[in-house]
Amino acid sequence: MDTLLDILSWLLLTTGGIFVFAGGLGALRMPDLYTRMHAASVTDSIGPILIITGIMLQSGLALASVKLVAILLFLLLAGPTASNALASAALLSGYKPGGPASSTQDAEK
Amino acid sequence: MYHAVTIALLVTMALALLRALLGPSVYDRVLAVNMIGTKTVLLLAVLSFLFGRPDFLDLALAYALINFIGVLAVLEFFRVRAEQDKSDSNVENR
Amino acid sequence: MTIVFGVFLLTLMLITAIAIVRTQNLFVAVMLSGIFSLLLASNFFLLDAADVALTEAAVGAGISTVLYLSALALSAENERAPYSSHRLIALAVVSVTALLVIYATFDQPRVGDPAAPVHQHVAPWYLEMTRDAIDIPNVVTAVLSSFRGYDTLGEVFVVFTAGIGVLFLLDKPGARHGGTQTVGRVRLRHYLIPRLVGRMLIPFILLFGLYVQFHGEYGPGGGFQAGALIAASIILYALLEGETRALQALPRRLLTLLIASGALLYGGVGVAGMLLGGNFLDYSVLASDPVKGQQLGIILIEAGVGITVTGVLLSVFHAFAARGRF
Repeated sequence: MDTLLDILSWLLLTTGGIFVFAGGLGALRMPDLYTRMHAASVTDSIGPILIITGIMLQSGLALASVKLVAILLFLLLAGPTASNALASAALLSGYKPGGPASSTQDAEK
Repeated sequence: MYHAVTIALLVTMALALLRALLGPSVYDRVLAVNMIGTKTVLLLAVLSFLFGRPDFLDLALAYALINFIGVLAVLEFFRVRAEQDKSDSNVENR
Repeated sequence: MTIVFGVFLLTLMLITAIAIVRTQNLFVAVMLSGIFSLLLASNFFLLDAADVALTEAAVGAGISTVLYLSALALSAENERAPYSSHRLIALAVVSVTALLVIYATFDQPRVGDPAAPVHQHVAPWYLEMTRDAIDIPNVVTAVLSSFRGYDTLGEVFVVFTAGIGVLFLLDKPGARHGGTQTVGRVRLRHYLIPRLVGRMLIPFILLFGLYVQFHGEYGPGGGFQAGALIAASIILYALLEGETRALQALPRRLLTLLIASGALLYGGVGVAGMLLGGNFLDYSVLASDPVKGQQLGIILIEAGVGITVTGVLLSVFHAFAARGRF
């Protein structure tokens, strides 16, 4: 049973790591803000779910698991909300999908 | 087991840092800060189990709760800047 | 492996620091210093310094960014170009200092070496006495608030003085209602979802702050961290509902009272120890059992620290907000 749990949590942690890395790579390589945000949101949603579930399988029924559930809950609440707010702020300021509008460049401000 | 995830998280933090340095827009930088924040929460959670100190999870919890405030403050800052620009141009028009 | 992680994080921090120095755009500098704080907290955590990492988490992630941004809203976006003269002299001074610092590190013991002088001096005594005289699990809290009570009292008064100083510089009671747009308007109107989620988070941050305050004897935490967290929850409320509403809940007069009463509570515990026949800040005489007295004293002075820190951080935030821009 323990080995089974170990294998399962190893699988979850590793796939979580792969998703996080892929999201980070996307956030660096994608061509414009909205696609980059799309890639970054992978690291805010599926990454934490897999990694924290993986850790929870290791900690078992303890106080640590309750804290992990709370962490996951707050991350899942705050992450997508922040992405939404950021995207709407960018859109409202005139940053068109497909290419940067010149008014939002740092140098201009 | 935890080492692989830790390395993945650290590399992702480095990638996000590169995005923050490259820009080009302010929103990219805010996105990068937010990303590094989430990665820090995960890193602290993983590390506290790597070191076998689960009571250190409080730190990850603190970050998970607090990170959001920074993003809201940035949004408020953008709004204030936009208002300032508007009132500045009004003054010039007069 | 830990050392590799540490070196990696330090490298990232170095890159961030150089970028902060090089950039002329102040907003970019604020964002990068947010990243720097996150990396620093991870590094503290790697070095097993959970209490310091929690302080960095509570102050660096939320409150510093808010305060920097509210200061930035009052100033220009870009840094003025640096003066070009004296550059060579500055470079020479910096290089010589760097060489001296690097030379000094040759004498340093290995990281975490148990034979290092710092671990031979008073640390073993603290570890032993914490078990015998105070009987709480977190040695850091015991050292901070009992063995080194004088130092922490000094820190609280530094926070107190800094708060008073900032209020003297920024506070203009007459100008508060001069700002046209700030009074009574709803903030972040376009952002419905963040407002709802933020409102949901406020009680949890407040509750977590209280947990950190009263759990300081058993795990990472204490007054400084708790004060920053509680202040962060009120600042979040001010960002969502406007600082007028936040000031209705916690008026300025009350905040000023908090700043003073926290520092007074700390000093008062010290004087109470003297009146009961002990030394200044000797908690053993506060109860009939010396161990219980120590624990009571630690709880009281941690509460004093938390109250002062909350008051100072909120007053500074409101002082910036009252300038009418943020």
